[in-house]
Amino acid sequence: MELWFSEFHAPDVKHSIRVNRHLYSHKSDYQQIDIFDTPEFGRVLALDGNVMLTERDEFIYDEMITHVPMAVHPHVKDVLVIGAGDGGVVKELTRYDCIEKIDLVEMDVQVIEACRTYLPENACRLDDPRVHIFFDNALRFIRRCTSEYDLIIVDSMDPFGPSEGYFTREFYGICFNALREDGIMVNQQGSPFYKHDADEMKRCHKRIVSTFPISRVYQAHIPTYAAGYWLFGFASKKYHPIDDFNAAGWKQLNLNTEYYTTRLHIGAFYLPAFLEKMLKEVE
Amino acid sequence: MQPVFFVCEVKTNMKNITKPDQSRAPIYEALQTFRHMRVVPFDVPGHKHGRGNPELTAFLGEQCVSIDVNSMKPLDNLCHPVSVIHEAELLAADAFGASHAFLMVGGTTSAVQSMVLSVCKRGDKIILPRNVHRSVINALVLCGANPVYVNPEVNCHLGISLGMQRGQVAKAISENPDAVAVLVNNPTYYGICSDLRAIVKMAHEAGMYCIADEAHGTHFYFGEDMPVSAMEAGADMAAVSMHKSGGSLTQSSLLLTGPNINPGHVRQIINLTQTTSGSYLLMSSLDISRRNLALRGKEVFAGVVDMADYARKEINAVGGYYAFGSELINGNSVFDFDPTKLSVHTRDIGLAGIEVYDILRDEYDIQIEFGDIGNILAYLSIGDRMSDLERLVSALAEIRRRYQTDSSGLLSQEYISPEVVTSPQEAFYSGKRSIPLEESIGCVCSEFVMCYPPGIPILAPGERITKEILDYIQYAKIKGCSMTGPEDPEIMNINVLE
Repeated sequence: MELWFSEFHAPDVKHSIRVNRHLYSHKSDYQQIDIFDTPEFGRVLALDGNVMLTERDEFIYDEMITHVPMAVHPHVKDVLVIGAGDGGVVKELTRYDCIEKIDLVEMDVQVIEACRTYLPENACRLDDPRVHIFFDNALRFIRRCTSEYDLIIVDSMDPFGPSEGYFTREFYGICFNALREDGIMVNQQGSPFYKHDADEMKRCHKRIVSTFPISRVYQAHIPTYAAGYWLFGFASKKYHPIDDFNAAGWKQLNLNTEYYTTRLHIGAFYLPAFLEKMLKEVE
Repeated sequence: MQPVFFVCEVKTNMKNITKPDQSRAPIYEALQTFRHMRVVPFDVPGHKHGRGNPELTAFLGEQCVSIDVNSMKPLDNLCHPVSVIHEAELLAADAFGASHAFLMVGGTTSAVQSMVLSVCKRGDKIILPRNVHRSVINALVLCGANPVYVNPEVNCHLGISLGMQRGQVAKAISENPDAVAVLVNNPTYYGICSDLRAIVKMAHEAGMYCIADEAHGTHFYFGEDMPVSAMEAGADMAAVSMHKSGGSLTQSSLLLTGPNINPGHVRQIINLTQTTSGSYLLMSSLDISRRNLALRGKEVFAGVVDMADYARKEINAVGGYYAFGSELINGNSVFDFDPTKLSVHTRDIGLAGIEVYDILRDEYDIQIEFGDIGNILAYLSIGDRMSDLERLVSALAEIRRRYQTDSSGLLSQEYISPEVVTSPQEAFYSGKRSIPLEESIGCVCSEFVMCYPPGIPILAPGERITKEILDYIQYAKIKGCSMTGPEDPEIMNINVLE
């Protein structure tokens, strides 16, 4: 018997992963949650049929969304993480001793429960004493905050579905307001390749550009995401992602990484011509 | 002249048998059967179940166009219902506690007009609040009745017209004993209710009908702890916008009648202006929506009230805004308040409601129902989600952070008491000339001027134009209200009586 999990990356493109076993399936108040065991990618978490992470390639996403801002901002103490119920981003953040508080806002308690059970490697640092988990709508949580955080990481799903509110102008606005005067917001910004994704990516970029004085896009290669090609947004009130990058300082921390390097940090901001054009259209 | 109270002779069979089964939807069921019969259409409409218009079919879907069919025996006829439409109307009447219900396919505008035309004719007087929808005054243009306005009280801080006070209605009735009907907004666009039971009693004691514009009141019939509905209050007729809070398709509506009204007469009035090709898309949407409300309306509207209460609390916590609610209730001009209405006063953050309305749409992709000089209204209903409310509240918080300014230059909306010189019909059909707006002071207007929405006339045909009215129109134009009514779309000129 052959068992395959397939996901549409575009209306006419499908990505399939062979499955050993379907470990978990549950419909929460917000979404369909599934966890598979697969021969190539290890365990795979899918929300509403979209791959959120695999054990094999999630390090790329977690490292790139975390270390890039951490190597730029000189003194991050208070961090807010939106979504990220799998715990991967929190795991990377807890490696920094300078961080005093990590607030995690996840709307779906079931995602965290499922990940604690089936993806313990990822979720292992959710019990760190600095981590505070809030089960809430992020818009509601953040609009009560003013100048409270140094770094906000938006680790949301795609803009089609329960996370669509995290790609809106009002969301970026309240994030701006919740950041201190030198704060940074990093968000996953989707893929620029297939048209459907590219259109959303541009809308998202336009809204961030109109909210933050500094807004740059950087890239990474993530095999299980659409086109294997993923973007992150770096939005900041004060620090520039390259001009204010402190490579030496970060190296002194002696953090072992599998994807991120200080050279890649700079390289990730050098974008292909078609993408530069796309971004320029909305800037 | 006193109106004649018709004796209702048409007995509904339903009363003699067991309680009507609200889980049925006769029009919907007949359409399902019709679809399965695969009837060959040699009748209109010419698209023939969509085959003749593949682009339209691709856009709307085959399911949808295949039931866009003509009246025929198995599907009944809206002009003279005897089978499935008749059954659907009986079920609707039962669900709304009415003696009879008419399915309407020309919007609540047609329901309001049929209601007015059913109770008054040329030369009759009708007592009504000035903040009625344009469709009411249009009905007066059609039938030639004369309006007697009851000036609503105004909340000066919010700048909104309230309900009719009992004393004012009593005064209008005693000064106009020959009037034939009293019309009540139940509720107003902002959710404000007059003391409908008392007004019904006063009207009936004076031998007048009491009719209600319930364009914004469908949920009063199903939700718990709602203001009283027109049928429950004993009103004679009510125009109910099922497509607003009830969830049916745009342009579908209901006209309800009480025991004093002859349904045969009302049917004749409706048939004067209603299409003979009633849309089955609209009728089936009324049927299915009525079933949903009858079976699940209580819990659905409890959910809407919870959302509105939550949003009010959150918006008031933002600061600067005032999302008003039941605290406005004063026992008379605000006898009750519709808890599903989410109206927000914006003037204290230095922005006109219409400005907030435009910013929400242009910068945040949020479309609300309307903005006027001092307020916005977000329409909450059966289809809303909490996550969308969080967006609305957050966007309002952002607008305040980014745009808050001194509010001293802003005009408050004031009620301008109209001077009615001639009847709307006479003004509409008399000789007229077009003159520049600023030269029209003192003239008698022959057309409407209004902001749309909400569609409440600033000037109606037959009213004197004054300087305050012109100042108000200019201010509303500058702030970006979309003005409608006059022949001149730019509203630089206005038609006045010769």
